[in-house]
Amino acid sequence: MKTLLRGRWGTAAGFLLGAALLLGVAPAVLPAFNLGLLGKFLCFAIVAVGIGLAWGRGGMLTLGQGVFFGLGAYIMAMHMKLADASLFGGSGVPDFMSLYGSGQVPGWWEPFRSPAVTLLAVVLVPGLVALVLGLAIFKRRVKGAYFAILSQALAAAFAVFLIGQQATTGGSNGLNGFRSFFGFDLKDPNNKVMLYMIAAVVLLLSLALARQLMHSRFGELLVAVRDQEERVRFLGYDPATVKTVIYVVAAVLAGVAGALFVPLVGIISPADVGVIPSIAFLIGVAIGGRATLLGPVLGAVGVAAAQSSLSSTFPSFWVYFQGLLFVLVIGFMPGGLASLPALVRLRRRTPAGAPQPKAATAPAPDQSPPAPEALSPETPKPGVQDRAAAPEEVSR
Amino acid sequence: MRATVTKRAFLPLAAAAMATVLAGCGSQIADPASAGSTTGSATSCVNTSGSSVKVGFINSLSGTMAISESTVFDSLSLAAEEINASGGVLGKQLEVISEDGASEPTKFAERAGKLIQQDCTAAVFGGWTSSSRKAMLPVFEANDALLFYPVQYEGLESSKNIFYTGATTNQQIIPALDYLAEQGTKSLFLVGSDYVFPRTANKIIQAYAAAKGIKVLGEEYAPLGSTEFSTIVNKVRDSKADAVFNTLNGDSNVAFFRQYKSVGLTADSMPVVSVSIAEEEVPGVGLDNVQGQLTAWDYYQTLDTPANKKFVAAFKAKFGAGRVTSDPMEAAYTSLYLWKAMVEKAASFDVDKVQAAADGVSFEAPEGLVTVNGGNNHITKTPRIGKINADGLIDTVWSSPAAVEPDPFLATYDWAKDLAK
Repeated sequence: MKTLLRGRWGTAAGFLLGAALLLGVAPAVLPAFNLGLLGKFLCFAIVAVGIGLAWGRGGMLTLGQGVFFGLGAYIMAMHMKLADASLFGGSGVPDFMSLYGSGQVPGWWEPFRSPAVTLLAVVLVPGLVALVLGLAIFKRRVKGAYFAILSQALAAAFAVFLIGQQATTGGSNGLNGFRSFFGFDLKDPNNKVMLYMIAAVVLLLSLALARQLMHSRFGELLVAVRDQEERVRFLGYDPATVKTVIYVVAAVLAGVAGALFVPLVGIISPADVGVIPSIAFLIGVAIGGRATLLGPVLGAVGVAAAQSSLSSTFPSFWVYFQGLLFVLVIGFMPGGLASLPALVRLRRRTPAGAPQPKAATAPAPDQSPPAPEALSPETPKPGVQDRAAAPEEVSR
Repeated sequence: MRATVTKRAFLPLAAAAMATVLAGCGSQIADPASAGSTTGSATSCVNTSGSSVKVGFINSLSGTMAISESTVFDSLSLAAEEINASGGVLGKQLEVISEDGASEPTKFAERAGKLIQQDCTAAVFGGWTSSSRKAMLPVFEANDALLFYPVQYEGLESSKNIFYTGATTNQQIIPALDYLAEQGTKSLFLVGSDYVFPRTANKIIQAYAAAKGIKVLGEEYAPLGSTEFSTIVNKVRDSKADAVFNTLNGDSNVAFFRQYKSVGLTADSMPVVSVSIAEEEVPGVGLDNVQGQLTAWDYYQTLDTPANKKFVAAFKAKFGAGRVTSDPMEAAYTSLYLWKAMVEKAASFDVDKVQAAADGVSFEAPEGLVTVNGGNNHITKTPRIGKINADGLIDTVWSSPAAVEPDPFLATYDWAKDLAK
């Protein structure tokens, strides 16, 4: 499979293989419940693709993706609540509003009655929020740990806000009990398969988008900003714009993932959008290999699947295991598991005095991370052309 | 350039994938009236052909609620062990499958789905927070399965797929208010955590107070997990209310009671009635801080009934002499026995038949005789006001003369007419 992924057509072949696995094999093999679970993991994987771009490629430690995930999810949930209310209730008022609220639909809910507005908003609202935030943060040259803390605080504030609005957002209960999805009956097993398929296709599309971005001029610039922001500025580019663009892309991906999560899982609550889930998004990415194309996806799915299967057997053990894995990966393998083959190869070749593995034409997964010194200003370095995406410090 | 080549490769792929998806569409809701009942009917996969039958326990064994919910898991395990030792249910041994809700509603919904669809359990027991119950409700309704929920809650709910073996509001909050009124309380201060149970409880208290001429001098909320209470406690002290009604949950109680004591308020000068502090929570909050304060529940470890003595002894024998029993634990223990009685009355594990047989099923529980009300799937319970004693246990200071019929929507109370529309 690794050799298959090499070369430009190899990439397309690998992509086809992934599509066949996700769209053909998985629905045929997995029982309904597991397919639903996989669908949920794919949503996390979509978020991970965005984090891979923003963090792995752009060097922005986005600790608050839960906000954008939540925006997309709540927008979709509000639409589904309203649609259900008019389909089944007749009154057009979602059930929990008459129970805890005034029995009136608040004005800011109304636009989401329209399916078109909802679909647009799922993309535009997280995107616009990220745009405003990104410009405000990056233009002021806030970066590193400050950016991380800021984004995390945002996630915390968002969750607290949602909990406080019992009457209009369902408070800590969140929104759930959906019965239809754009007119499709959610009880129908075929429709559940359809939802899974949509998630799989969106994941494949976002991977394609990420790959294009990584291999474009913009992608080069992004890595350059990550590694030497000042130099990029001296070259006449505005790093703030570059960072904002990728931050927006990551936010939109998270928003879309949230919108898919709601019909697949059937519930969204503040516990899914706060600090802890925001960090959880990150762990899979780090473990898988944040600077690579497939690393974040495989990491996110792998960690979520492991959590799902291990946490019921060893409920309290899982958290420690996850923490340990995180520490080990960050400490000893900053490139994540995706860098493992390259590390092994490097170790095997170096003593023999063999030349370093040449910059592969393949996408990132198996590229060798150059030693950190290679990136230091003293050594002449390939600079922007070097797309071997070795992430440097953890917090950047 | 490479970019253009791959772009050409990806677009048709994407289009093909999208087409696959759209080809796989299922039924659309054409006629909403029939959609709920006819389409996508869940077929049960429960296997009762062998010598055992599976039941599911779903409790938070990790996360913030683990400390409370693991006690419920323990008492459920005790009940299952006892039932198995005495021959099982309809001659079949119970095979327990336990899942961790991890204190997250989404996890509860997901794991409940697993217990029903993948493990094919005949019934599921557990849940604690309202958000965990609200998250699981649609899952049980969509799959037509059974959940037994063992914790007092805010009422205003009834599902044919959930049996509520904890108290609803007229079996806990309203009796507590009756007790306070009887004691001559003329004014109240309400303190609660900011989530659905305290907010709904306080809505009910406000309506009750308005009807009975009790003044509510303040209503304050703290975020769940908050430990900063100096502002609230000062407001409580300055209000000079006759009593405080406390719906705080978890860690917040520790901070609240500590600061309450530090401003010189005592159980004698201004008693606090708590609805979320049971035997299990007293050591955590600190006996010094809460001794002499009041609680409202339907069960205390100190109850002098034969069934309770047996329950407490069996629990201590299994889990250690230092352990205590509390209301939710008793309600969970009772719930497994009630399900057993329902199944035996129905002579079947089928959900439909169990639901049909439920009405009138009773069990001599540690709290006294409880009977299932088939109309709303709640059970009769005996409200009791307790006072925390020097041992950290709770003594009954007032008890309802008879078991109270469950009334989750408060339909029999005139003053509550506007609460549940």
